[in-house]
Amino acid sequence: MIGFDPRVAMHHADTQVSVELQTQDMTLNLGPQHPSTHGVLRLVARVSGERVESVEPVIGYMHRGYEKLAEVRTYPQITALVNRIDWVSGFANEIAFVTAAERLMGLEVPERAQYIRLILTEMTRISSHLLFLSSFPLELGAATPLMFALRDRERILDLIEGVTGGRFHPNFNRLGGVKPAAGGGSTQKGVSQDLPRGFLEETRRAVTHVYRVCDEIDTLITGNEIFHERTRGIGIIPAEKALEYGVSGPNLRASGVRFDLRKVEDYLPYHRFEWQVPAGTVGDCFDRYLVRMEELRQSASIIEQAVDSIPAGPLQAKVPRVIKVPPGEVYVRAENPKGEMGYHLISGGGRIPYRLKIRSASFSNLSILPWLLRDALVPDIIAILGSLDFVLGDVDR
Amino acid sequence: MTLGIALFEGFWPLLGIKLLAVVMVMLGFALVIIYAELKVMAHMQARIGPYFAGGRWGWAQPLADALKFLQKEDLVPREADALVFRLAPAVSLMATVAVFVVIPFSPSLIARDLDLGVFYALAIASVGTIGVLMAGWASANKYSLMGGLRAAAQLIAYELPLVLAVAAVVVQAGTMSMMGIVEAQGTSALYTIPGTGIALPFIMVGQVVAFVVFMIAALAELSRIPFDLPIAESELVFGYLTEYSGIRFTMFFLAEYAGMFALSAIAATLFLGGWYFPGLDPAIFGPFVLMGKVSLLVFVMIWVRVTWPRMRADQLQSIAWRWLVPIALANLLVTATFKVVF
Repeated sequence: MIGFDPRVAMHHADTQVSVELQTQDMTLNLGPQHPSTHGVLRLVARVSGERVESVEPVIGYMHRGYEKLAEVRTYPQITALVNRIDWVSGFANEIAFVTAAERLMGLEVPERAQYIRLILTEMTRISSHLLFLSSFPLELGAATPLMFALRDRERILDLIEGVTGGRFHPNFNRLGGVKPAAGGGSTQKGVSQDLPRGFLEETRRAVTHVYRVCDEIDTLITGNEIFHERTRGIGIIPAEKALEYGVSGPNLRASGVRFDLRKVEDYLPYHRFEWQVPAGTVGDCFDRYLVRMEELRQSASIIEQAVDSIPAGPLQAKVPRVIKVPPGEVYVRAENPKGEMGYHLISGGGRIPYRLKIRSASFSNLSILPWLLRDALVPDIIAILGSLDFVLGDVDR
Repeated sequence: MTLGIALFEGFWPLLGIKLLAVVMVMLGFALVIIYAELKVMAHMQARIGPYFAGGRWGWAQPLADALKFLQKEDLVPREADALVFRLAPAVSLMATVAVFVVIPFSPSLIARDLDLGVFYALAIASVGTIGVLMAGWASANKYSLMGGLRAAAQLIAYELPLVLAVAAVVVQAGTMSMMGIVEAQGTSALYTIPGTGIALPFIMVGQVVAFVVFMIAALAELSRIPFDLPIAESELVFGYLTEYSGIRFTMFFLAEYAGMFALSAIAATLFLGGWYFPGLDPAIFGPFVLMGKVSLLVFVMIWVRVTWPRMRADQLQSIAWRWLVPIALANLLVTATFKVVF
């Protein structure tokens, strides 16, 4: 019988220490509890001094099994689930899923509902990008943009809350439209009981604040010499690498690929408005920052145009009381604030899906990390992580 | 009856009283600076800042924070080198407090006017970094270790421009006594505008370069943004402070803010004329004049913190060795030349 021998234990500890002293590298375990990993991402980094030899991202701490859960939930229940995938852009998550189910059912969504969806999606994009504008400089040590961005993000969240009742998890979409107000929404022109009173004017005002905060942060940080030093030429993703790894969204556009699903797909009436797809040239952290800054302005402009031209009409298409989706298979993807969000929905007919595969943006965006972080410095890890703008819920689902 | 008087006679009681005065005054300044930082930062960042503590404008917030920290458990990690770990904050705070000994508040109000006052102040101020290094090493935490090593590298890099910048002032004043330097600025006929009797501080008679170099290096010495790499909360969690809690954390915290005051006071003394202000009697207004100048410099430090991001270690080194050291050397050369020629 082998008992516990303190001498053996001590000897064992000594050998471990000496082995560690002989190696040059140190294993630095960044996360899962770390201020800058945006949640529970864990990076196992082999560092030599401050230089990173290799990085292995460890994910899965936030896994909630939404794909499996979706197989035992009815369609209206699943919108509440997908809200929580990327929790800073809850409304945008709903859109692609609801559109997928609607396509299988052959539902035509009324114009007004589409416009409301579009306005709220763009608001979600603004709130997500403002969060980026606050967290990214903060990770580089500049705390002030955080305060400016969050101040005006609150206006946007208030508006979302006013319409949907929830700041982060609206659960506002219904198959065939959006949640009708008490009284069934407006059918006459000029009467809008579905949106809170004064919503459109408040939206215009909030949008001007978005422009203003962009300018403020622009003057504060974009031209700053230290900010340039920290972001220019750091974490360069060439266009072909980005495509190989399936990087999407602003991260892809920063590498110079002008690809935006809002222009390519037709899940919401984006083609009716005048707007640009901003793109970077180099694909470094600075470009990713600039692209998001410009996207904020474009989203604000889209909201302005949509608010000006929102039609009157019903909020809901005719749907049966018990929603059954005919058998079929469909893949719908949408441009989420973080990138491409896709739902592969297989219906066997009936009230619950047979299978729901979720393609989330942050997962693919993170997959480039081991390649991207090689030979970076420890401070650059933080800058690069911040510039990729991921959410762990979106990675692990 | 004589007993009461005897208590205040002799070397040791007097020393004790002086030490107590210095420590209390220094801690008071540190609290004021902490409050100023909370409020100034808040207003620059579209916030209000502390509001309720103390009843009005949250003036008691630093006190409340300090009391809260005092109540916290004083944790020492099991793997840590307990003695060094416990000693580190004391070393850091002691070094900062000791600087106050040579700061002249008025022609008579100075704890000790050493002949080598400037040398003493700079030497003792850099001892604080040893406390940081001790904390980083003893914490048995990789983040702390990296923070401590960064602090050491930073100290080596920025001590040199700091000393070189001060050397130019010493050359110009012809003395290393802090009091002597103030007098050289305030009373010397050499730096007085003819006819008016208004003496100019060194910053206005050619030491602008040295002043800028000194302030940049001082920011680095204090590990404040943009040079706060040893703490760098987004990278190193909390750097060398990661494992500290309670009273020991408070000591580091106070050391940082007292250090802000100390280095600002040195800068005000060396470059801005210390307690001297034209038209004000230094015997009465001296301390207030110095306070005003220190407040100005502290305000600039807070302003810088609100505005700028953090640098990277290699960029910090490159600024020190490629820019500050050559500039300070050139400035010293020019100053010395002028001193010899005129």
